[in-house]
Amino acid sequence: MRPLVTHTGVVFPLDRANVDTDQIIPKQFLKRIERTGFGQFLFYDWRYLPDGSENPDFELNHRPYRGASILLARRNFGCGSSREHAPWALEQFGFRVLIAPSFADIFYNNCFKNGMLPIRLDEATVEELFRRCRAHIGYQLMVDLQQCSISDDYGLRLTFEVDQFRRHCLLSGLDDVALTLQHEQLIEAYERQHGII
Amino acid sequence: MPSGTSAKTMLDKIWDDHVVHAEPGKQTLLYIDLHLVHEVTSPQAFEGLRLSGRKVRRPERTVATVDHNVPTTDRGLPIVDDIARRQIETLERNCREFGIRFFGLDDPNQGIVHVIGPELGLTQPGMTIVCGDSHTATHGALGALAFGIGTSEVEHVLATQTLLQYKPRSLRIHVEGRLQPGVGAKDLILYIIGQVTPSGGVGYCIEYTGPAIRALGMEERMTVCNMSIEAGARAGMIAPDQKTFDYLRGRPFAPKDFDAAVARWEKFPSDPDAQFDRTLEFSADDVEPQVTWGTNLGQVVSVTGRVPDPAELSDPDDRQAAVRALDYMGLQPGTAITDIRIDRVFIGSCTNGRIEDLRRAAEVVRGYRVAKGVAAMVVPGSVAVKRQAEAEGLDKVFLQAGFEWRHPGCSMCLAMNPDRLEPGQRCAATTNRNFEGRQGRGGRTHLVSPAMAAAAAVAGHFVDVRQWKYK
Ligand code: SF4
Repeated sequence: MRPLVTHTGVVFPLDRANVDTDQIIPKQFLKRIERTGFGQFLFYDWRYLPDGSENPDFELNHRPYRGASILLARRNFGCGSSREHAPWALEQFGFRVLIAPSFADIFYNNCFKNGMLPIRLDEATVEELFRRCRAHIGYQLMVDLQQCSISDDYGLRLTFEVDQFRRHCLLSGLDDVALTLQHEQLIEAYERQHGII
Repeated sequence: MPSGTSAKTMLDKIWDDHVVHAEPGKQTLLYIDLHLVHEVTSPQAFEGLRLSGRKVRRPERTVATVDHNVPTTDRGLPIVDDIARRQIETLERNCREFGIRFFGLDDPNQGIVHVIGPELGLTQPGMTIVCGDSHTATHGALGALAFGIGTSEVEHVLATQTLLQYKPRSLRIHVEGRLQPGVGAKDLILYIIGQVTPSGGVGYCIEYTGPAIRALGMEERMTVCNMSIEAGARAGMIAPDQKTFDYLRGRPFAPKDFDAAVARWEKFPSDPDAQFDRTLEFSADDVEPQVTWGTNLGQVVSVTGRVPDPAELSDPDDRQAAVRALDYMGLQPGTAITDIRIDRVFIGSCTNGRIEDLRRAAEVVRGYRVAKGVAAMVVPGSVAVKRQAEAEGLDKVFLQAGFEWRHPGCSMCLAMNPDRLEPGQRCAATTNRNFEGRQGRGGRTHLVSPAMAAAAAVAGHFVDVRQWKYK
């Protein structure tokens, strides 16, 4: 997993609540058996018209956002299915940081496992970030996971909360399975005690 | 903290029973009793195992089947979709390589993973159950802690038979009263989600309690638990009782020493004085047949109601979402729900593709014909459901009415196989998600109960099934 320590990037404001995983990556792309190549299908039904050409109305197709790496959205981002293809698509498109008032549970978890940082900020702060996106073309944020802080070029500075364990894993790019296997003896002890082996 | 007191919730009990390792401030390492696997969310997990040279720790606790992608037409024909076929074959190969029990397309146990788990008796009270699928909460209907996981977690469970988890908070949804005739479990859960909102349950495990829940049959309980995720909760559960035990007795994978198992299972219901982090109360008497009008599960009304006017919604996000939804759904504010005409009907899915669902729909359809211009289909949830229905002659009832009668699978619940809506088509579906494009790009989904879907198929528009004239 790619570690994330600090990140600076253009913010893509997606002014919608309850963005579900079917929108993030429609199911026709779930048939792949690889773990890569999903970025091009991100937000497919919004980004492309039925004839396959780009939808000029969808903001991600607008110039300043093509290279965006921070996504700003409204509450309950990532709701719906458990498909990890959703974080894969976001990450492979180039997003590293997601900001919203709230995220769906499974999606939130899946982000950390794929080197992305989902940040929960209160509604008022999110509103302010949307305002700044509108005010400054190509608006950027600097995110520091060591300090758990966010800043911009216009004097904004705020902190966020993130679970210490997940933060640690993300900072050092640690793989969960390897971590758990350090406890293999405990797993075996549990299995013995419960008559599983 | 609820777990600090001596009285425990069912969640506390199952959780405590499965702790392998816990450290304060960190995720708990939880033992997983049963891991269900399907073709869509597993290939990358098996690939990960191979790349790291790991094995499946407890292959006997893992069961795989194919459901999401499978064709529902003639099983004798080769699968025309190359990529779908590759995914199905990949799972079969992975299962062979890692020694996992696999119910393939020609297996009598094949079906939607959340239908076959309970049906085969794999799902049992007190278990921890996971699957790379968000509707895993279905299994909670038997008193298990069951939740959906992502593909990285699938790999983690395959390799370690454990999962790193934070304990969810407990939400008790208590339902007094009794459902009226013609109102089903699907209406109840749609109504509850409408009240709780699609994000209201985030971070919680729901336990459904109360007389209205106890009165539900096992399959109806599955319908309720199935949709917990649509309120944002990863898990939903109902305490095991005599109905649960009666349901499980004699199932192929039920414990050999069944009475001893029952004695063990009886300890799982929440203690009477257990504390929940949050409690919400509802009355089943208030619930009418429900119809979703929008593109999230909060956008639902009674069949006697009307499509709302976004201008009257106070929350700005809700208002904006309603405007988008009405545009997508092609609906005008103020339209009576019973004036909405439909093009398609889909009866099936892990929410409502079980035998009782098909019986209820068949009762409504019996002696009628599908309305002109409506295409309707029934897709049983499993091979066993299909066989049972055919033994009862339900297939004839549907076929004579002009429905299509298909082979089991997820089918048009998520439209990964060729069963899908055309842009602009409007569908009455017994499934669980009304998201944009869920049943096909540009398709418009209204979620309803099996009885309501059947009635809509006959009438060509939504009708209040409580007024139905049965033949
Ligand atoms: S029937 Fe629908 S919701 Fe259920 S597992 Fe299949 S695709 Fe998912």
